[in-house]
Amino acid sequence: MPRYGMVIDTRKCVGCQDCVVACKTENNIPEGHNRDWILTESTGKFPDIHLEIRTERCNHCSETPCVSCCPTGASHIHDVGGVVLITHDVCIGCKACVEACPYDARYIHPDGYADKCTFCIHRVEKGQKPACVEVCPTYCMHFGDLDDPNSEVSKLLQSRKWHVNLADAGTHPNIFYLV
Amino acid sequence: MMNDLIELTTTRNNPHVDPSMAMWEWQIPVYLFLGGMVAGMMIISGYFLFSGRHKESNCSCFSIPTISIVLLSIGMFALFLDLSHKLYVWRLFTTFQFKSPMSWGAWILIIVYPALIANILIRPAAWMLKIYPKLSEWANKINQHPFLIKNIGILNMILGLMLGAYTGVLLSSMGSRPLWNTSLLWVLFLVSGLSAAAAFVHLFAKNKIESELLAKADNGFLIVELFIFVMMFLGFLSSARPHFEAAKLLLNGAYAPVFWVFVIGLGIVIPLIIQLLAVNHKIKHTAIAPIMVIVGGLILRFVIVSAGQYSHWFNAHFK
Repeated sequence: MPRYGMVIDTRKCVGCQDCVVACKTENNIPEGHNRDWILTESTGKFPDIHLEIRTERCNHCSETPCVSCCPTGASHIHDVGGVVLITHDVCIGCKACVEACPYDARYIHPDGYADKCTFCIHRVEKGQKPACVEVCPTYCMHFGDLDDPNSEVSKLLQSRKWHVNLADAGTHPNIFYLV
Repeated sequence: MMNDLIELTTTRNNPHVDPSMAMWEWQIPVYLFLGGMVAGMMIISGYFLFSGRHKESNCSCFSIPTISIVLLSIGMFALFLDLSHKLYVWRLFTTFQFKSPMSWGAWILIIVYPALIANILIRPAAWMLKIYPKLSEWANKINQHPFLIKNIGILNMILGLMLGAYTGVLLSSMGSRPLWNTSLLWVLFLVSGLSAAAAFVHLFAKNKIESELLAKADNGFLIVELFIFVMMFLGFLSSARPHFEAAKLLLNGAYAPVFWVFVIGLGIVIPLIIQLLAVNHKIKHTAIAPIMVIVGGLILRFVIVSAGQYSHWFNAHFK
């Protein structure tokens, strides 16, 4: 049973937003909404300034407050790869999952249901990469099985330093940022 | 480290999510307030039934359940208005999600109605008997069994407790919003609900003894509420950074003016002083203090829902 995740090299990401555009076209995301986005974090004290550019989306966490709070079971963990998905015609639009996500990764689709990144599971199940990974011009994004020690993502995590977003929130995110 | 640059720039601009979470609007605090007040009214009415006060002909336990059903239905309608996928609302009742407070709440609300109806049936109002005369037969049957009335009282108290507690747990189970994420929130909402209920019933209670009892009880609830606030803030201020920052939103941050003036000042301290003078017969009972308590309870829900959504984890991200 695979556990899908992403490893993103922040030293290669230039914040070009190709991943954002790819997601919008692939998944037909309505205007003014985003399943993925670019976050730029500047820290430090002049002249010692540190800049990190990250492409962010739902972290497909292993501990999922968005799934446990759902009153109808619409928000669920997919059979394949532990991907967190929403069944649109079971969602009542109560917004509890939107509130429960510490990453604010969810939004309400203009059609009424909660929506977010699916890791492009419709592509992945056909053996393709998620749209955002596919188009990245700097090859900073890697997608694969975190439970397979020989996968590209596992090897990257073994060989490089990395962090996850908001580790203290306790959600065990499955997107890792190489630093 | 305090003077270090910390700047986040995001390209995300999802409606009601950015720049800060504002998904839940007026519907949720209105429901939490009405639900909490109905919970308090069920506990008060249940207690009156349990302690045999229903033998008094003008006991408020006969009017409370009817008013509760109306208020609770208004609250549930507000909840319905909040749903963005309204046609699928029935999905709530084709499943039970053990880990979801909202699923618990949906089912608790379903069993609250029969308990309130059982309370009404002990002595239906004259207009109900006009519509459906057979109700008097049922009322007679219930009144032949005093233990049944006692048990209806216990049932109303237990379900009131569950309803009041759930309105707090709904928010406190969200680890993502530090201000809500305190296990004291259900106690705060329950006591605030009891206090608003005592104030509300005091306004229409026809029985002098009850009216006096409710004013005294309300003073007790208001004092306990102040203690809960102190304990809640002690917890937040000695907790991790996100919780510390969340408490500061209310104590001296963006929400401080409305919190101190409307929730603490006009909603608790001043009505408490007025009511303490009234129960000690220094001044006459008026509607002023109860109305202040009720409005204060409503504003409390608005402040907690809004400030809670504003509170976040990003502070913890910067080491």
